[in-house]
Amino acid sequence: MSSRLEHHPILTFQRGRKVKFYFDGKELEGYEGETIAAALHAAGVKKYRTSAELGRPRGFFCAIGKCSSCFMVVDGKPNVRVCVTPLREGMRVQTQIGKGDLIEKN
Amino acid sequence: MRKTEVLVVGGGPAGLSAAIAAASMGAKVLLVDDGLKLGGQLVKQTHKFFGSHRQSAGVRGIKIAGMLLSDIEKLKDKIEVVSNTTATGYYQDDGVVTAMTGEDVYMKIKSERVIIATGASERMLTFPNNDLPGVYGAGAVQTLMNVYGIVPGDRVLMVGAGNIGLIVSYQLMQANVEVATVVEAMPYIGGYLVHASKIRRLGVPIYTSHTILEVYGKDAVEAAAIVKLDSKWQPIPSTKRILNVDTVCLSVGLSPLIELLWQAGCKMKYVPQLGGNVVLRDKYMRTSRRDIFVAGDVAGIEEATSAMLEGKLAGLIAASDLGYAYDGWEADREDTLSSLEELRRGPLSEKIRSGLKEVVVEW
Repeated sequence: MSSRLEHHPILTFQRGRKVKFYFDGKELEGYEGETIAAALHAAGVKKYRTSAELGRPRGFFCAIGKCSSCFMVVDGKPNVRVCVTPLREGMRVQTQIGKGDLIEKN
Repeated sequence: MRKTEVLVVGGGPAGLSAAIAAASMGAKVLLVDDGLKLGGQLVKQTHKFFGSHRQSAGVRGIKIAGMLLSDIEKLKDKIEVVSNTTATGYYQDDGVVTAMTGEDVYMKIKSERVIIATGASERMLTFPNNDLPGVYGAGAVQTLMNVYGIVPGDRVLMVGAGNIGLIVSYQLMQANVEVATVVEAMPYIGGYLVHASKIRRLGVPIYTSHTILEVYGKDAVEAAAIVKLDSKWQPIPSTKRILNVDTVCLSVGLSPLIELLWQAGCKMKYVPQLGGNVVLRDKYMRTSRRDIFVAGDVAGIEEATSAMLEGKLAGLIAASDLGYAYDGWEADREDTLSSLEELRRGPLSEKIRSGLKEVVVEW
């Protein structure tokens, strides 16, 4: 069963333009206007990072940018809250291993 | 530095109502919300509200959000909305609020009055493997399903039979997701029986005096164990059962998001009936800091109708402080106050009433 709802007794879903993005190098599709987390979940991806100390799998939890569970590396930047970050065409989303590195700017 | 007259932090039912009220009085309002879209939890509510018709009873939450947003739109000369922006700090020395848009754009805001309507966050529950992907808060499940149209999984264990647990169980069924069972640690169902009956009629059992024991899985939830509790809340090992579920939905209560109020030095009090630490305030929602107001779940876990009424009160008074008014606003204020009292009059609001006795003061 696809995890995207096409019919709902009460709601209609207006999705944006279909866009391609990359998850750990693999091409996936999502819709503009939805969050990265939503697009990943729809594509069956539930594990977004590993925890810093014990390396445990972590994913979605609160969906409102509060709990820090869904940090990923997005276009090279670590600790992005993918549950509140909108998906854009061509984004490179990676599983975050541990804490992630700071990007130094010159 | 952005300057405004009334800063509203939070764009849920309380914050939207506060912004509308303050702008209707004539004040210049800045509304900051961390969501990509305004509406807070309202935009996820497919069920019809209870209460009196004057407070939109019988209307679905999502429709109520639409009504509030159209009022915001009508007042756009007065209300500036900044979405995807989290208020990150309140600085007591100069009364500046800092906020972050997206992940790395910061701003400073200075406002004559601040209305904190940040809402609440979901509580976690302790059990082995509670950090596995597939263990989600009930609000997160609603976001995924009702905002983005994506189901969280194929088969769900719902933990908690308060109103949110019951309503989200029904919403899952509306989206054709199987709800294996609802467990509730208390010996009775906490939510309204009309919601419980709806899901029972559809064949979903609700087990009271039961809780989740643990979750199994490698990279995500593959199964979960539930167990019956004895009268001392201890698991009875012989009653352990394994459920084949790929999602565990936690609906075990909410905690007010009070960080900004602590930072601002507002007087607080621990009141379990209201969800934990909450702020002292007068009946018009003014805190111990004259320039700071609260409204909605951050002031005590209740529901959307009371949040809207509290927001309206806070918005009216904050704007009135600055010399704004409209014809008949004082009558409107008293009317809002009595609607709030009426809403809290029933036997189901006993807990709220006893909590409010401890925090509503006169300054």
